[in-house]
Amino acid sequence: MIALLTRDLRLAIRAGGGFGLGLAFFLILAVLVPLGVGPEGRVLALIAPGILWVGALLACLLSLDRMFALDFEDGSLDLLATAPIPLEGVVAIKALAHWLTTGLPLVLAAPVLGILLNLPGPAYGWLVLSLLLGTPALSVIGAFGAALTVGLKRGGLLMSLLVLPLYVPTLVFGAEAVSRGAQGLPAATPLLLLAGITAGSAALLPFAAAHALRINLR
Amino acid sequence: MTTTTRPSLWEYANPVKFMRLTDWLLPLVGWAAAALVLVGLVWGFFFTPDDFRQGSTVKIIFLHVPSALMAINAWIMMLAASLVWLIRRHHVSALAARAAGPVGAVMTLIALFTGAVWGQPMWGTWWAWDPRLTSFLILFLFYLGYIALWSAIEDPDTAADLTAVLCIVGSVFAVLSRYAAIFWNQGLHQGASLSVAPGTRMDWAYKAPLYVAMTGFGLLFLALVLAGTRTEIRARRMSALMTRERMQA
Repeated sequence: MIALLTRDLRLAIRAGGGFGLGLAFFLILAVLVPLGVGPEGRVLALIAPGILWVGALLACLLSLDRMFALDFEDGSLDLLATAPIPLEGVVAIKALAHWLTTGLPLVLAAPVLGILLNLPGPAYGWLVLSLLLGTPALSVIGAFGAALTVGLKRGGLLMSLLVLPLYVPTLVFGAEAVSRGAQGLPAATPLLLLAGITAGSAALLPFAAAHALRINLR
Repeated sequence: MTTTTRPSLWEYANPVKFMRLTDWLLPLVGWAAAALVLVGLVWGFFFTPDDFRQGSTVKIIFLHVPSALMAINAWIMMLAASLVWLIRRHHVSALAARAAGPVGAVMTLIALFTGAVWGQPMWGTWWAWDPRLTSFLILFLFYLGYIALWSAIEDPDTAADLTAVLCIVGSVFAVLSRYAAIFWNQGLHQGASLSVAPGTRMDWAYKAPLYVAMTGFGLLFLALVLAGTRTEIRARRMSALMTRERMQA
């Protein structure tokens, strides 16, 4: 399993494109929003939590379709399916690799982009914390979406249609935690609910995703 | 296949038996649905008094509530049919789930649209990010994804399997989204129109035609799903025949 993780990480970093792409997208989004909305600090501070969360979500979505597609095309997914480790474990590891290469950089970059968007001071801690708790859920839910559409030629757009509604609870609780934090309100409740969603999806969705993969490999 | 002496619902998992049953059941359900919807709507629109505050706009309830009811029930039916398909591998069940998708989506759209038409004069806005409205919009997105996945996959069994998995996972997330939406924003929408709890405020003058319309919409949904399932079964047979002909040629 560790070998698979290091292999996926190495592929993601060396194959080019995939690794920095999500981060670059996140940056561009944070630049484009003030250009579209206007530079007024008060407005930006109000929408910054939501923009940062939506940006993180879309950046995650960008790199999802390569999670299984490349392995599916060259046949290594068949090998993984017949390997001694369970396919559920493969899914979990691949989601973890996706999170390490996409989610974690987003978490680290988010405070910097928060400055660009005039995020209020008390919100930074909540932003990092909520993204840290929430982005693993984005990766695991995304793994499920990627597993559903892996057999399709142009599954990317369809996958967005399938995955984005599934992201709704994560987005709501994550952005709510940050905006409550920004207003100085207690933000523990949405944060705990967010953690619950992450824990629940990490525990259950690998099984659904592995089932979908087995169907696609039939 | 063992022969059972006791008649059971599972017999209709056999497409031939299903077709034979629906041959006479479908027209019956269809006409009953047409009659009840017509009676419910005409009664509701023309033979009920205006509300003292809402005026005649209240009458959109006879479209809004039944369609909203069926929008949710269609998803529940899809979930049940998906589970039956995954567990017992009855093709009719998968096809029924497929047929229910578009019907449910249209019901959701009707509920959203009538809600907007009613909301404009009453709340002063076509749309508000109210939990109920938001959940329905998200439900509509779930329907779109489900329908899109069905039409994207060529192999019918793979499509049935994957959409069934999506339906189950989607149900969990749809419920989560509902509670997330409640958490996220306090509502403008009134509470449930009908409730078994004491203190229900709706008068029988409204309730009676509403129940008729709701039954009518339920039957309408059933009729549309049966018709859709029959179409799917026939399409399956067609493609099987065409494959056989190609094999012989």
